[in-house]
Amino acid sequence: MKLDPAIRDHMLAAVPSLRAFAISLCGNIDRADDLVQETLLRALAHIDSFEPGTNMPAWLFTILRNLFRSEYRKRRREVEDVDGRYAETLKSHPEQTGRVEFEEFRAALAKLPTDQREALILVGASGFSYDDAAAICGCAVGTIKSRVNRARTRLADLLAIDGVDDFGPDRATRAVLAGGGRS
Amino acid sequence: MGERGKDDDMKHRNTNLEPAEPAEPVAEEPGTQEPMARLATPHKPEARLGREVQARIGQQLRAMYNDVVNQGVPQHLADLVRRLSDQDQD
Repeated sequence: MKLDPAIRDHMLAAVPSLRAFAISLCGNIDRADDLVQETLLRALAHIDSFEPGTNMPAWLFTILRNLFRSEYRKRRREVEDVDGRYAETLKSHPEQTGRVEFEEFRAALAKLPTDQREALILVGASGFSYDDAAAICGCAVGTIKSRVNRARTRLADLLAIDGVDDFGPDRATRAVLAGGGRS
Repeated sequence: MGERGKDDDMKHRNTNLEPAEPAEPVAEEPGTQEPMARLATPHKPEARLGREVQARIGQQLRAMYNDVVNQGVPQHLADLVRRLSDQDQD
């Protein structure tokens, strides 16, 4: 019996987001695409364990995340290529953020521990609920919440945006700038 | 649960990057305190993460992610899924 086309289409529809997740996990487009391909092969081979009507993206994300974790353990001794190819995957940059700021953000994200990075991506970018993210990562909801909080705090530190910056240069500098403007 | 299973909302749904804990009491409202007073007040890092900072992180995160999402399904992956799903399943 052939695969229900509706299930196939649900699977295909999840691929763009699955790729984005994979790239943010391993920071390398080639590895990410291999990971997505492996995920789809596994999913198709085990499609009987998918219950129609349940959350197809969450199911696929769970498979991909588990594959990444087991592969990561194997590759641990290899040199990570976090900075190398990722930028090349991006065709364009969002107009509201400059390229430098964007690169800084990407580099800061890569510095987060994997646990925190995946939690932040799942909740903050993929749009999963905390419950779904917990199911995908195989941990408690509270654990996801705390990882997301720590990820955001660490990112803010790495990017040195902590609210105080909103006031711009410190008082002495502003005074100098203001004086210079008038003379 | 069913609604979340729809794939097309993966791109467009608002994400959940709200404070996981109940919001801190809003002592952080810009302009209500002198900058120096703010600097002099030690906060835990978490407490300093105001809404603006969270919004910026969330925005950059989604921008980065959506850059990839908008690339769509690579042809070789689409071909793979179509080919395999046309085969007989056992």
